[in-house]
Amino acid sequence: MNKIKCECGHVNHEGTVLCEACGKPIEGNQHIDGNDKTRLLNMRYDGSARRSQTYKKSIIDKIWNFFSSVKVGVWLIVLTLVASAMGTIFPQEQWIPANAVSRDPAIYYESTYGIFGQIYYQLGFYDLYSSWWYLLLVALIGISLVICSIDRFVPLYKALKNQKAKRHETFLSRQRLYSESDNVSKEEKQQIIKSLKKQRYSVRDENGHILAEKGRFSRWGPYVNHIGLIIVLIAAVLRMTTPMYIDEYMWIREGERTVIPGTNGEYYAKNKDFILETYDKDNQRFEEAIKKEGVVAKNFETELVIYKDQTSATGAEPKLEKLKEGSTRLNHPMKFDGYALYQAGYQSNEFSSMSFKVHETDDPNETAIGSITIDLTSPKSEYKLDNGLRVVIDQYFPDYYLDNGEPRSKSKYPKNPAFVFFIYPPNSDDPEVSFVGIRKNIDATGENEYKLGLQDFEMRDVSGIMVIRDYTLPLFFLGGVIFMIGVIQGMYWHHRRIWINPKNGKLLLAAHTNKNWHGVKTDIEKAIANTNVNMVKDQQELPG
Amino acid sequence: MNKINRKKRRYFRAILLLFMCSIVLYTLFSNISKDKYVVSEGDYAPNFSLETLQGERVELKDYRGEGVFLNFWGTWCKPCEREMPYMEEEYKNFKDQGVEILAVNIEESDLIVQNFVDRFNLSFPILMDRDGEVTGKYKIGPIPTTFLIDKNGKVVKIITGSMTQQDVKKYMNLIKP
Repeated sequence: MNKIKCECGHVNHEGTVLCEACGKPIEGNQHIDGNDKTRLLNMRYDGSARRSQTYKKSIIDKIWNFFSSVKVGVWLIVLTLVASAMGTIFPQEQWIPANAVSRDPAIYYESTYGIFGQIYYQLGFYDLYSSWWYLLLVALIGISLVICSIDRFVPLYKALKNQKAKRHETFLSRQRLYSESDNVSKEEKQQIIKSLKKQRYSVRDENGHILAEKGRFSRWGPYVNHIGLIIVLIAAVLRMTTPMYIDEYMWIREGERTVIPGTNGEYYAKNKDFILETYDKDNQRFEEAIKKEGVVAKNFETELVIYKDQTSATGAEPKLEKLKEGSTRLNHPMKFDGYALYQAGYQSNEFSSMSFKVHETDDPNETAIGSITIDLTSPKSEYKLDNGLRVVIDQYFPDYYLDNGEPRSKSKYPKNPAFVFFIYPPNSDDPEVSFVGIRKNIDATGENEYKLGLQDFEMRDVSGIMVIRDYTLPLFFLGGVIFMIGVIQGMYWHHRRIWINPKNGKLLLAAHTNKNWHGVKTDIEKAIANTNVNMVKDQQELPG
Repeated sequence: MNKINRKKRRYFRAILLLFMCSIVLYTLFSNISKDKYVVSEGDYAPNFSLETLQGERVELKDYRGEGVFLNFWGTWCKPCEREMPYMEEEYKNFKDQGVEILAVNIEESDLIVQNFVDRFNLSFPILMDRDGEVTGKYKIGPIPTTFLIDKNGKVVKIITGSMTQQDVKKYMNLIKP
């Protein structure tokens, strides 16, 4: 590696474009920033030596250079944006509606969206956001962010730290704002310094060479901003890969207790009651909506009891201890031990109990001889009536349907209960068989003496509850705050530098800023008021 | 001095790149394997304790030294129904060879399960997972799902879907102590 010694005496790193100390363009390196073709100097990163622009030989150099390119970074972002947009054309796999033809993506996309749906499915876009290549794109953006920042921040920091007030005249004359003045007295110079100080510049005077600088802090804005983004990405990785983020859904029936998913069997919940309140029909405020919809819901709420299993680690018989009792309302989750339970849905199509009366088949009044009530979650196998008649449940189908003529249950939930009853008349071991369900009452032989009639039933609600635990949120928040600090830092402060150097009896004045050139001009105007110093000319506005 | 600097820089960049690549690979890998079972093949089967249909308490760890054919099922599930007779047949052959079937019923009522057991003359223990505790612990998705556990309590294989009698025989041989 060849260090380059500038004529000012400062030793620069290989690849430096402008001497860190005096700013003199280093011969042979001007093509790097394109200075060889222009009159004005390219002040990007203060002409410091960026690794990516200097070393291009080894594999590591090449990988480094690939990621340090902003062009590559922008392309990665564009690709990710396009991919993200693709994912919104058709619903993602998890959002295939419950009433779709089939929830199997292989069938759903083709049958719903035709050929495009099939292509969509075959390209794997139905689960785009957790596909390996999408994650890879996001990860590459992360790598690009880190390397871009390091590749630029380190040399820029060094260059600004090593800069001297005394600058080479080529550096000054090739700044955008520049002027030369004759006959400037010492007093006038002091006056300018005083005025610059008043304008909150920090002024360095090195043997009559003056550097007035303010807002260097603003240059770090983008890097602070990137640190924020990287924290957000790290939070996203943690959220995707670790149990720091849990997102589960459970259905819980009124009166039932079940283990809460995502808690490793540590917590149980019992649904005491599901409450659905609607607005009064005469409600003035929602008159229009009620006219249109019929009913307008006011409140969804589940009263819950949370239990904690004291033995969950060993797997022995659970010993449940009541932890908390409360309720979760829509948008008002119930919280315990870092978990939040959100009211997210309900079903009210399940039966909890049914009552039947027994009467004589030929009794026109259907006078009840007796009645039985069946608890559908734990039905008994035999019910005795006072008069000695016995009703035996031979078969119970909670969710009855006919499968090629054979009665079966579609699920374990009592959505359409049906029974095969054996009715033993008093003092008889010879049962009468009847099949009873919702709007079904079939007498197997047609000779039954007794008949069962549905008398009453109770329904139960099923509450849908989202189980969320998110320990990554503070990290997202932290990343967001740092991001915002970086933005503010870069936006509301401007890095301005004004050089005043004597050279051969003349006074050279030059200035550079990273934004708002008008602002720095105004500062200079104020500083040189009532002196012999000529106002700077904006050389970019000049032709040629 | 220059050489040292250059070496330092190369190492710094190499280590940084390596570090970031490993984070990316880790993320990708764990994302791919995320949707699989919580209990995977090669893991120790988490212990649990459940009541049988007859009301006896059974704990998995008491079966150490035996192969356990841990089957999750429901009466409404047709493929479960299909494999039950095969399991019963092979159970008779393998019981004396140290293979036990534990058939975990998922949250159904005693009456329904009893009817089912009577219909198929099942002689192996039926465990009643009334709160869905064990089903949750093993993160059971579609049923039937069977965990083959060897005499050391390790999960040898996980099978989702219906098995033929040949399959059942093959798998029982696999976990025979």
